[in-house]
Amino acid sequence: MMLSALSSSDWAVIATGIGAIAWVNWYFFLADAGSVVVKAAGEGRQEVHIAVRGGYEPSTIRVPAGAPVRLVFDRQEDSSCSEELVFPDFGVRRFLPAFEQTSIDITPPEKGTYEFTCGMSMLRGRVVAE
Amino acid sequence: MSTVAQDQEIVIPVSGMTCAACQSRVQRTLQKTPGVTDATVNLMMANATIAFDPDTVSPDALVEVVRKSGYGAELPVPDRSAFDEQAARDTAQQNEFDELKRKALFSAVAGAVAMLVSMPLMGGSETVHHGPVADPFMQWAMNSLTPPLERAMPWLYTIPTPVLSWGLLALTLVVMVWAGRHFYTRAWAAFTHHAADMNTLVAVGTGAAFVYSVVATVAPGVFIANGMMPDVYYEAVIIIIAFILTGNAFEARAKRNTSAALRSLAKLQPKSARVHREGADVDIAIEQVIRGDTVMVRPGERLPVDGEVLDGASAVDESMLTGESRPVAKQAGDRVIGGTINRTGAFRYRATTLGEASMLAQIVKLMRDAQGSRAPIQRLADRISGVFVPVVVSIAIATFTVWFVTLHAGGGSPGEAIVRGFAASVAVLIIACPCAMGLAVPTAVMVGTGKGAELGVLIKGGEALQRAGDVTTVVLDKTGTVTEGRPSVTHIALATPSVIDDAELLRLTASLESSSEHPLADAIVRSAKERELRLQHPEAFESVTGRGVHGVVDGRAIAVGNAAYMQDWGLDVAPLGASVKERAEMAETLMYVAVDGAMAGLIAVADPIRATSRDAIARLRAMGLQVVMLTGDAEATAKAVAAQSGIDRVVAGVLPEGKVAEVERLQQSGQVVAMVGDGVNDAPALARADVGIAIGSGTDVAVEAADLALMRGDLIAVADAIELSRRTMRIMKQNLFWAFAYNTIGIPIAAGVLYPVFGLLLSPILASAAMAFSSVSVVTNSLRLKSFRAAA
Repeated sequence: MMLSALSSSDWAVIATGIGAIAWVNWYFFLADAGSVVVKAAGEGRQEVHIAVRGGYEPSTIRVPAGAPVRLVFDRQEDSSCSEELVFPDFGVRRFLPAFEQTSIDITPPEKGTYEFTCGMSMLRGRVVAE
Repeated sequence: MSTVAQDQEIVIPVSGMTCAACQSRVQRTLQKTPGVTDATVNLMMANATIAFDPDTVSPDALVEVVRKSGYGAELPVPDRSAFDEQAARDTAQQNEFDELKRKALFSAVAGAVAMLVSMPLMGGSETVHHGPVADPFMQWAMNSLTPPLERAMPWLYTIPTPVLSWGLLALTLVVMVWAGRHFYTRAWAAFTHHAADMNTLVAVGTGAAFVYSVVATVAPGVFIANGMMPDVYYEAVIIIIAFILTGNAFEARAKRNTSAALRSLAKLQPKSARVHREGADVDIAIEQVIRGDTVMVRPGERLPVDGEVLDGASAVDESMLTGESRPVAKQAGDRVIGGTINRTGAFRYRATTLGEASMLAQIVKLMRDAQGSRAPIQRLADRISGVFVPVVVSIAIATFTVWFVTLHAGGGSPGEAIVRGFAASVAVLIIACPCAMGLAVPTAVMVGTGKGAELGVLIKGGEALQRAGDVTTVVLDKTGTVTEGRPSVTHIALATPSVIDDAELLRLTASLESSSEHPLADAIVRSAKERELRLQHPEAFESVTGRGVHGVVDGRAIAVGNAAYMQDWGLDVAPLGASVKERAEMAETLMYVAVDGAMAGLIAVADPIRATSRDAIARLRAMGLQVVMLTGDAEATAKAVAAQSGIDRVVAGVLPEGKVAEVERLQQSGQVVAMVGDGVNDAPALARADVGIAIGSGTDVAVEAADLALMRGDLIAVADAIELSRRTMRIMKQNLFWAFAYNTIGIPIAAGVLYPVFGLLLSPILASAAMAFSSVSVVTNSLRLKSFRAAA
């Protein structure tokens, strides 16, 4: 098959295909899913609410390093995909009951990114300590 | 006052208080708050205990009050116990399974109906007018089923095509909206979070096929005007949903089975206890038992809480926690564990640890945490899972593009190009299965750690499991590991049997030694008590450090000590020569006994080798492991113990620091080292080793430092643990291989790479069956670990 044999409609399909692939990869990998910044205001533990519904919202939580944080996971669905929360750096694997809030207390020891995922590593979020 | 009765009390942790002034400020602020009847702030505990009227003020408002006063406060986390969490998870999984089963059954029936109804649409007299059938499975079904169907249900073929199409549309809509709704809602929810999962693939695949079919039904003119036949794929949509739901239902049930061990542990906890309160025996809920309660158990009952036996004697079956199959004899002073079963006698015991601190709750928690950890082998799978779905969607788009352009530019009609490209890209979306990859390692960890718990082997996590599977050298601490860890009398020899017998020699010696604090003295006294000999208080007692003791018992002069001590008394140990030689070879400690100035006999004391050690060590060696024994004892003793237990390498005379150095030395020579120990002075070596194994009755420090904790005090459990870890790792590797191979082979075939050469295309329906099967097979493979039997 020669390139010259391609009609304009073929080229249109190729261009659309490449465009669609580019968009899929941009959308899922590069677009920002929203983050929340937790300031080191006052004393004590900061609390962040995270909605669990097909993903984590916000999915990036910025916290001061060394400060205790309470992550309140509010699971608003019964999809089994999100039934477990895994926080490997803190040795946490917790069952999140559907339509309930589950609190997890962590203290990021030092600056860095601490990822959390669902039980099967499909849904992802992260705590960025800075 | 009636309002007092309605008051609630809450304890709120307060942070940031550094002094008494802070404390009183918070306390005053709270006390002034309307609705608060009483508030006490404790600086040391860093909390505030507040009694309040819930109608006037809420706990949240109280937290706010504390925060406004300049300190940190928060509501306490309602901590869910491991038992509750397991129960919640069980309910959720059971509901999920029931719902999936219902939906799968409904979709399967709908799928069968849809297939029948589709026959006249695809086949019959109109065949020639149709485009290529894109689905080879449906083509086969059509060819083989049409003739009998036409004979059996001729009326089906008389229904006008639009009626059939619209009927199918309605049926498909019902299946999608009721049975398959969660695929679409969850895919959408994930999409809005820039995430994609299995639901995305199913939703896009079936959604595309559905939309295509709807256009063909509602506006067939659009297709005809472009030279295409308005074919519909409703039956494919329904059958794909049916297959995937069936697979998910099986998967849910299998996943439920992976936590069976944890569930059965949680079930060991009895709901009530019979305790002695205010002069009477009462049955109370387990939560109401307090520390120090006297608990009654009858034969056949499960022990409600941990405790210490007060009186009575029995045999208790601890197999569910320790894996030890023989019942364990219990008498006054012995520790008993909640959840175990009392077998023979009745006894009373004092409750010691309760609730979350109890042994059972700790084991459940440890297991839950273990199952929350990740095995390093999973990292690659994790990385792939994270990008999997968008990559598969990209491949599906590329598949369509390549098919379309190849067919169209090659002279095919646009209709054929679209239909073929479309079917292949739907097959790609449907066959891809990220779940198999996500389930490969965690399910094996779940079942493996669960099986371990049944065998009395607590594995602290996926990483520990993986390293234990790689172990090449097992280092054993001698005392308490290879041996019982408690010296006892092993032999008594008499100089002149006509003068004195065994029992009398032991009685006199033990009476004298009862005033001594030497560990060997303890062994002799214990031995005499076991023989129920009546001990006398010595009339005189003197101890000579490093030599022995002498004194008067029953008016007789007794001297007990080593050979040098006997020489001090001018006594010759020669009459005992034969026994001396034999015992010394066994590395036992000999204590000579002189009575009234004459050599009477000797008592040999040793730390006996555990009955199971020899077999266990033989098994470890048969598994290809190098076995090394470390001990602080002298060379001769160490060698004797090693010879009796079948160990070939011994390192004697090592201090606790030396144990760490020895482990490091082995590691540097390329060995993966498992260190087995029980005591505090093993903790550094346990931590340093690749795998630290704390053995039975081990101290808390040892258990803390270890990667594996054995509930049984014998080395057989070490062999079990390593063998189980090896098996689990093998299952993980099989699972990962299968999941990778499945996707790397399945996706290209679905995309049509075999078509140019073999003319082979995968039907989206077959793709859905393969996808459903792949994750079920991974979980089922993990469940094979349940049949693990420790080789005898």
